[in-house]
Amino acid sequence: MLKQITVTLLAIVACILGSQAQDTNDAPLGLDTVQYLENVVVYGRKPYAEVIPAQTLAGKKLEGLNSHSIADAIRYFSGVQVKDYGGVGGIKTIDIRSMGTNHLGVFYDGIQLGNAQNGQIDLGKFSLDNIEEISLYNGQKSEIFQPARDFGSAGTVYIRTRRPKFMGNKNDNFNVTMRTGSFGLANPSLRWEHRFKPNLTMSLSAEYTYATGQYHFRYRKKFSDGTIAWDTTAVRKNGDVQAFRAEGAIFGTLDDGKWNAKFYYYDSERGIPGAIVNNVWMNSQRQWDRNFFVQGGWQQRLSEKFETMVNAKYARDFMHYNNPDTTLMLIDNKFWQDEIYVSSANKYTIMPDWDVNLSVDYKWNYLNSTLTNFSYPHRHTALVALATARTWRRFKTQASLLYTMINDRYKTVYQGETLAHHSKWMHKFTPAVFMNYQPVERYDFYLRAFYKRIFRMPTFNDLFYTDMGNANLRPEYANQFDLGFWYQRLREDGFFTGLKLTADAYYNTITDKIIAVPSGRGQYRWTMMNIGKVRIIGVDVTARATMHIARDFNVDINLSYTYQKARDYTDPESTGYGGTYKGQIAYIPWHSGSVVGRATWRDLDVNYSFIYVGERYSTSCNERAYHQQPWYTHDLSASYTFALGSTKLKVAAEVNNVFNQYYDVIINYPMPGRNYKLIVKFDF
Amino acid sequence: MRKTLFYIIIITAVLALLGSCREDEEIYLKEVVPVTQPEYTSVEGFYLLNEGKKDWDLASLDYYNYSTGEYERDVYTDANPTVVMELGDVGNDIGIYGSKMYMVINLSNKVEVVDKRSVKRIGQINIPNCRYIKFYKGYAYVSSYVGPVALAGEGGSDDDVYQLGAVFKVDTTTLEVVDKCVVGRQPDELDIVDGKIYVANSGGYSQGAKIGYENTVSVIDIETFKEIERIPIANNLLSCKCDKRGILWVSSRGDYHGNQSMLYAYDTQKRRIVKTLDVRVGNTWMDGDSLYVISNEWSELSSGYSSGTYKIINTKTMEVVNENFITDGSDARINKPYGVAVNPITKDIYVTDGLNYIQLGFLYCYGQDGKMKWRLRAGNIPAHFVFLGDNINEH
Repeated sequence: MLKQITVTLLAIVACILGSQAQDTNDAPLGLDTVQYLENVVVYGRKPYAEVIPAQTLAGKKLEGLNSHSIADAIRYFSGVQVKDYGGVGGIKTIDIRSMGTNHLGVFYDGIQLGNAQNGQIDLGKFSLDNIEEISLYNGQKSEIFQPARDFGSAGTVYIRTRRPKFMGNKNDNFNVTMRTGSFGLANPSLRWEHRFKPNLTMSLSAEYTYATGQYHFRYRKKFSDGTIAWDTTAVRKNGDVQAFRAEGAIFGTLDDGKWNAKFYYYDSERGIPGAIVNNVWMNSQRQWDRNFFVQGGWQQRLSEKFETMVNAKYARDFMHYNNPDTTLMLIDNKFWQDEIYVSSANKYTIMPDWDVNLSVDYKWNYLNSTLTNFSYPHRHTALVALATARTWRRFKTQASLLYTMINDRYKTVYQGETLAHHSKWMHKFTPAVFMNYQPVERYDFYLRAFYKRIFRMPTFNDLFYTDMGNANLRPEYANQFDLGFWYQRLREDGFFTGLKLTADAYYNTITDKIIAVPSGRGQYRWTMMNIGKVRIIGVDVTARATMHIARDFNVDINLSYTYQKARDYTDPESTGYGGTYKGQIAYIPWHSGSVVGRATWRDLDVNYSFIYVGERYSTSCNERAYHQQPWYTHDLSASYTFALGSTKLKVAAEVNNVFNQYYDVIINYPMPGRNYKLIVKFDF
Repeated sequence: MRKTLFYIIIITAVLALLGSCREDEEIYLKEVVPVTQPEYTSVEGFYLLNEGKKDWDLASLDYYNYSTGEYERDVYTDANPTVVMELGDVGNDIGIYGSKMYMVINLSNKVEVVDKRSVKRIGQINIPNCRYIKFYKGYAYVSSYVGPVALAGEGGSDDDVYQLGAVFKVDTTTLEVVDKCVVGRQPDELDIVDGKIYVANSGGYSQGAKIGYENTVSVIDIETFKEIERIPIANNLLSCKCDKRGILWVSSRGDYHGNQSMLYAYDTQKRRIVKTLDVRVGNTWMDGDSLYVISNEWSELSSGYSSGTYKIINTKTMEVVNENFITDGSDARINKPYGVAVNPITKDIYVTDGLNYIQLGFLYCYGQDGKMKWRLRAGNIPAHFVFLGDNINEH
């Protein structure tokens, strides 16, 4: 394992050496938006817009990755672990810097995706079909002019769908895409973009996904002398998925302002393949999801000094879970969630280098279910964020204070009778401070630091799931300290056209962590308690180099590496053999990283990506029974774009997991081996 | 310039190669832990079946060898390293009959049969959602949550559908299921007295539902292998053990909402409950005239556990004769008392601690004086015991 650190250090050193070797012609910074959208060699976006920039995947780079879903793409960011239950339909959730999935906020076109029921956004359900950019922020997006809700997570992912762009006098763009490949995948999609007038455009997109989800997997164990103890291959069953997505958006620009409105609809049915255990090779549980939302935003500069933004959303989600297997408890549960959200953000510029912002949000959530003795919870959330950003020459700082008020209303029901009505109030203040300093004006070298304290509310499932929820739960806190730098060098000519290096060291603590504990004899009763404590020390490093090798031949290499020591401090008594105290927490590897290389020659685009996740344990008891081997996959893809008159045809082929490695991310949920995909895209 | 490219390519390649450290996981051979002084009686040792958390396929078998004073972890995989996916998912009961040992692996839908001394695999009996096992005249009887799905009352709404359980009859020579008898909902422990099987029905799937828990013990006539009676005892029954006078000791789990677990003595001759004891029951072990009862009970009302209890009941007088068989205060260290067993000769008491069900649990050994002799880590959720030796598995 030390080897990996050494190599990473080597990588850093090499990059630094490389940069020293260059001449000192500084390329202009702050590429403008047009360039950005056209995907010219792009590095971080508008470096000065945010105190701490995000990790971003966008445009062709995003397209080139062998990814089916947003979760697959996010794996390439440093500091991120994906929990993947395997296959096209398997749940995929994200954990940033070991703080837990519920601390991550996911924003879709500017407004957070909510899931008051379990707090987890299954990013496997969001395809990359209509996506233009994915950004990951540690702490929060360090831009003060944003809704209060954007201040409310320990880490955030912003997903931006494609904005219509029109060349010349063209007022309509069409895109037809077909993807097919392993797992019986059939995945057609359509998009239409239309310009009504210069300041009013719209887009409509629809996608259908079908996959049988079947693939071979292999489990085996060996003796210490290397001979095989047992070796078995089987077919993953009940992993089929069928999903339909439709999305539409309208964009308007005003004098000193802009507005947009959109709808999103997703309807799916999938099998839940379940865990593979001795004598059980197939499961039969099913799940249906229907998600719908409408949202809109309006942003206007009202004077030189004052700018305002209004956002609103209504979302309705339906989930149906069914276990038809009579050898287990029959289950047929339905859940309906509603969310209403409104937000107002207001920025006032006191001086050219001093802004203040006041945001006020209100959110209402409701969960209805067919569970017996359900609590029918409502949650009212009011958020007020006061933020300020100040620049003193090369020193930039930003501070925010978030006030959260929550009112939960629910019932206690037993054997069909309502025993009591409850109303619980909570008030919390949580701060965040971000700093960025450029020591020497001549170099694009910045030191950065942040501190943030935030909490995540117990979800409705944590609190109220019949016979499992615990209504007495308190919020779970995350404290983050981060110190790092980023450096970049851009040139317009020469061999190296760009180099970028970032490194961050961080210390996070999670207190009052909500974890499941047994409630009663036997394994069929669990409840949630605020008893966990985790301390995380980590290092995230990313490096990027772009090279101009020959005429029309460019290479872009990205490396990311994460080291994390995420230790469980919950039970100081649990020491010695088999203990959990100071054990590495479940599913967090000490080492992980990725390499993405992309080479382009005229209209040919070749991508290689490699992901490595080191050894882990499935619990914080770090003994052999819970040990998980490292896994790593090599993916390759190539695409070629043909111009057929005004129509562009792009053909792409992917080979994923080239070396056919059989692995689990989650214990007993086998992942697919080598698989293929073919993509044909028409743009006209 | 070129040099840098060279570096980057090298680093990329090395990083890619470094990935090559994935290996196949090794099979667990047994780990032998010296524990205490050897001891020589007709009890050679005991097996401890660790349940293993659901979905983790982590059931495992440990063995304590009295003649060496050593504890051996993972003896099943050691004896059967080539069995695909090892012992299975959630071990729920263990028993010895003749030369064979039977392990009821709940979510692997099977009873694993091994040689009682070598632990070498003999075969498996497929029984879905199997729970407990007992033996009688060449047959094994296994309770299972899987019987027909039925409709309550008029039928119609989903609430009215319920699932009955069954007792499976298995020929211990051929290891074939030869018969099946439908009983109440979610039957758990069973025992056999005077040619009749008594099985405690729980109705655990219906907690909080309108239909409610099951509250009966089903009686099966072994001769005809038909259910002949349902004896109402209490809601949500769990354990069911018969003493040598024909008194059936049945425990209820309670409902976690104010009604606590209780212990009932049912006289199979007089056919009535002869005693109700107000003690909390999590698990029991019958040894001669002593019924060892351990518990710590969860209540939804307080969202917490009561402290652990470790009692001995004299089955003759039907009174609690020992309020706490742990005398040295070490019970405070036991987080979740889960399994209990008593050596039939030395009367040493074994208690397991399930802890949080995630990590490796503890096995405690107590002398008859109630003082801890030793403790060690067993497997994940250590729970079910059986003693090995000649002429000691009579009940």
